[in-house]
Amino acid sequence: MSAVATAPAVRAASAVRPAPLVRTYRFELLKLVTQWRVRLLLLACWLAPGAFVGIVSRQSALPADTVFGRLMHATGWSGALVVLAFACLWALPLLTALVAGDVFAVEDRLGTWRHLLVAVRSPRRVFAGKALASATVIGLLVLGLAASGLVGGLLAAGNRPLAGLDGYPLAGAGLAGRYVLAWLCVLAPTAAFAAVGLLGSVALGRSPMGLVTPAVLAVALAVVQLLPLPLAVRLALPSQGFTAWRGLFVEHVAPGPLVVGVLVALAWAVVATAVAYRLFLRRDFTNPADDGSGRRLVLTGLLPLAALAAVSVLVVSVATPATGSGVDRARLETSLATTYGHLYRLQSQELGRPDVTEAQLQSSAACDKGGSLVEDEGPGNDWRCVVSWHLPGARAVGSAVYQLDVAADGRYVADGDGPQDVNGFFLLRARYGTAPNPLWQFDGLVDLLPPPRKD
Amino acid sequence: MGGASAVRARGVVKTFGDVVALDHVDLDVEEGQVHGLVGPNGAGKSTLLGLLLGLTAADRGRLEVLGTVVGRTGAAPADVAGFVDEPGLYPSLTPRQNLAALASLRDAHADDVAWALDQVGLTEVADDRVRGFSLGMRQRLGLASAMLTRPRLLVLDEPTNGLDPGARRQVHAVVAGLAAAGTAVVLSSHRMDDLAELCSEVTLLTTGRVVFAGPVEKLVAESGEIDHLVRTTDPAAARSVAEQVPGVRVVEPGTGRRPGDDALVVRGSLTAVDELVVRLVCAGVQLRELGPVVAPLEAAFLALTGDEPEDRPDDVVGPLR
Repeated sequence: MSAVATAPAVRAASAVRPAPLVRTYRFELLKLVTQWRVRLLLLACWLAPGAFVGIVSRQSALPADTVFGRLMHATGWSGALVVLAFACLWALPLLTALVAGDVFAVEDRLGTWRHLLVAVRSPRRVFAGKALASATVIGLLVLGLAASGLVGGLLAAGNRPLAGLDGYPLAGAGLAGRYVLAWLCVLAPTAAFAAVGLLGSVALGRSPMGLVTPAVLAVALAVVQLLPLPLAVRLALPSQGFTAWRGLFVEHVAPGPLVVGVLVALAWAVVATAVAYRLFLRRDFTNPADDGSGRRLVLTGLLPLAALAAVSVLVVSVATPATGSGVDRARLETSLATTYGHLYRLQSQELGRPDVTEAQLQSSAACDKGGSLVEDEGPGNDWRCVVSWHLPGARAVGSAVYQLDVAADGRYVADGDGPQDVNGFFLLRARYGTAPNPLWQFDGLVDLLPPPRKD
Repeated sequence: MGGASAVRARGVVKTFGDVVALDHVDLDVEEGQVHGLVGPNGAGKSTLLGLLLGLTAADRGRLEVLGTVVGRTGAAPADVAGFVDEPGLYPSLTPRQNLAALASLRDAHADDVAWALDQVGLTEVADDRVRGFSLGMRQRLGLASAMLTRPRLLVLDEPTNGLDPGARRQVHAVVAGLAAAGTAVVLSSHRMDDLAELCSEVTLLTTGRVVFAGPVEKLVAESGEIDHLVRTTDPAAARSVAEQVPGVRVVEPGTGRRPGDDALVVRGSLTAVDELVVRLVCAGVQLRELGPVVAPLEAAFLALTGDEPEDRPDDVVGPLR
């Protein structure tokens, strides 16, 4: 390199000044909200859930396969939670794909990278501005889903107590608080999917594959969830938070799966964002052959996430009592007996019978999976349980039979097999008219991570 | 000459993998000067412009921009603006929104948005979406965004690409006005008429190396013999006269001429062609048209880059009348 004397009479140049982050963020936000696709998404998220809940709540056939779906006639809160469940299935990964999955790639398509970098003078701030703007738009979309679903539900079915997944009636501020907390918890896996979208958008350049990265991840995780995997692996998936929020809607919240789900999702969000940041800063924007895509994605993009998944499984295995599938006879019997007790009390109230307490009922359950030749462990639709209870003032012990379909995530559907006067009819004649029989068919939840027993 | 240095590059090298984009390039641009970068595709012009804008850093060598050493990505001074390849515009925004956002990012005054739009003649469409703009309108908006911050060094890549003659004149006027006000302008163009009209100096690049740097006149002078089209009232007599002028050769006409066109094409230095004109007049042959087949700057470009002159339609270069 040759030494060069400084040119004479040069006026001092203004120092290099990157654009302030707030202005960069505002510019990125403006670019996002002026896209017709994002405007359409905002409109859909703020209107469609309310309309959906309003329409479905007025129909006789309810989405009973979805958690809380069978209660949509009973209370508006159930409709709002059905929206949450649907959002966790597909809507949130899709929204993150359409927003975060394209926020970098769009600059490649428009050929505006150089202009943007000359304007901002800091790739770091460009990255931060884009990430924050994406997070803001995704937050607005999530807020729309939550608010619209709730308003639609309350308008359609009213603000009545909700029978939780253990049958316990939730109402008022406590229920509202849990609803807000559930959506806040769901933000963690949403952030993880958004970060994966950012990574795809940075690493795959103008390729449309970047756009679908979060959706591909969601499909892959959905397939994984179908496999008979150990509980530690399930809990260590970034999508765990999309189902763990259900644990909030019981009398005594079981925080284990929820905390694990949120922490794992946040770890994914941090690692994927860090990898995307690193890839972005390494890019040479004057190289016409470099649009950021290429084989390095495998090494620098996917390997850190694969390593994170492995570490997550290891940490969850060591730090939590996650063993086996998490579903066994003892846990199922405990859950079913508790849920039955709460719902029996609810049924008594609706029928106008004298109130009984759970302590008086002393409900218990005896479960068996698939007969004597099958081990009583793991999810499946071949669980058969007998629930017993005591009536105050009566010596006889009541019993009812249920067929249980237990999912790997701990949710189960209990279908009554009799006796007819307890769980044999879909409807019952309540004091105020015909009402669904809460014991005919109900949802329950097995606590997959119970606290250690104190012997 | 003699102004303050806006750009001073010495021995700048930039590679992309095995490809050497810039190979020990020197460049000097003074404030108030319009400096042209010219060269065939892949010569390294855009890479050099990207270095000036701080989009990347040189692998070796030294680059000073407005007295600041640009040794890393993003280190170009705040007084540098421009665009490479094509103007970066967001189609979902209006011109006013595009410029207002840029003004906000670069601390420009809000009033400058209206001024910049007026300079490039886009005030009437300031609130239309950029999505429907023609290439020429986008080029003009790109120029507006580049000059919005009133930079001391303006870097423009093909600023007249896609412009109609009127818009081209407007862009020329804007660039000349900025230079007159002291702004250094570095522009690349494939249009030799742009360079000839705007630039006082040019740097000719080919395969990443500088093959010429200096005033435009020097480049033209170094280009040697130039083909000229000579149209007269008596082609046969004109040919006879031309064959007797020292330093002038009659060249066989190319394929680009009009059917039935009996004009002569002669090759020689400007002095020799001047002598031919004198002799034609003395011989009573009336001269109707005389002009270079290829513009002098283009001829120099083709000679220095090793490309053969191509036959051009007559309207590429307007004959001197």
